[in-house]
Amino acid sequence: MAGTAVTPTRMVLNQLKGRLKTARRGHKLLKDKRDELMRQFLDVIKQNKELRERVEQGLTDAFASMQVASSLMSPEMLEQSLLYPRQSVELGIKYKNIMSVNVPVYSFSTKNNDPSEIYPYGFAQTSGELDDALGKMADVFQDMLELAQVEKTMQLLAEEIEKTRRRVNALEYIMIPELEGNIKYISMKLEENENATKVRLLKVKEMVLQDAHNYKQ
Amino acid sequence: MLKIAVIGGAETVMGFKALGLETYPAADPAEASKILRSLTRGSDEYAIIYIEENLAEKMGQEIDRFKDRPTPAIILIPGREGTIGLGKQALLSAVERAVGTNILGD
Repeated sequence: MAGTAVTPTRMVLNQLKGRLKTARRGHKLLKDKRDELMRQFLDVIKQNKELRERVEQGLTDAFASMQVASSLMSPEMLEQSLLYPRQSVELGIKYKNIMSVNVPVYSFSTKNNDPSEIYPYGFAQTSGELDDALGKMADVFQDMLELAQVEKTMQLLAEEIEKTRRRVNALEYIMIPELEGNIKYISMKLEENENATKVRLLKVKEMVLQDAHNYKQ
Repeated sequence: MLKIAVIGGAETVMGFKALGLETYPAADPAEASKILRSLTRGSDEYAIIYIEENLAEKMGQEIDRFKDRPTPAIILIPGREGTIGLGKQALLSAVERAVGTNILGD
């Protein structure tokens, strides 16, 4: 620490003291930010975990139904029935600010609000299993949207927490100790100089007195 | 208005088409990467892109690029054969990144 090039003057000492104060305050603020982010993050991962499990379960179910449907219908027929969707989804996005992290909030609307509109085919030539599969798909889709939102939030928060944690650590273990070391070094050096001056003055006084009066103590 | 895309095997994405999502069938990871790149080039037209897990498995870097950006959200979904746990893996690695250790306990 003391090896670093700091000029041991009172001005630098004052500057360093100012910087130490700022660093301490910054450290405290960042630490608070990290703690709050972490609290939010823990909520989000819990939600994320639940949603993911639900979505994965739901989709697996839906795919299984789809499998049944596709085994009952010819592939061409199946493709044909699903070729032209009647439904279309529009997604709106807004941003929410969590501790200066912008996270997306999705809002979505479907063109047709009637839930039966998801079936883009006539019922005459398709099997009932296909309806079932699509119904399950539509059910799980709501969760999928929510999952997208939660998962993105989680990723963004994770990144911010990592960044903040690095900053906190850099301040705590590098910046602040270094500043403290430098301050100590300078104040010791100043004290030393002061002592040296005092001793020199005493010595000079002695010499001057001796010169003037031939006075011996 | 923003759009939602689904990239996956032809049979996987079929069902999503009926829901009104834009589907992009991809046979292998290379093709899926190409689709992903073309979807994310230019403007942020797509807010959410769902990718089937077995394709995403080999697309690590392509997907990681979007982790720190607010859009698009890239979400892994299980394929027809059920989940291979990649989505959960991503969650765990994010937790590890933030907390420094795995606190979920599995």
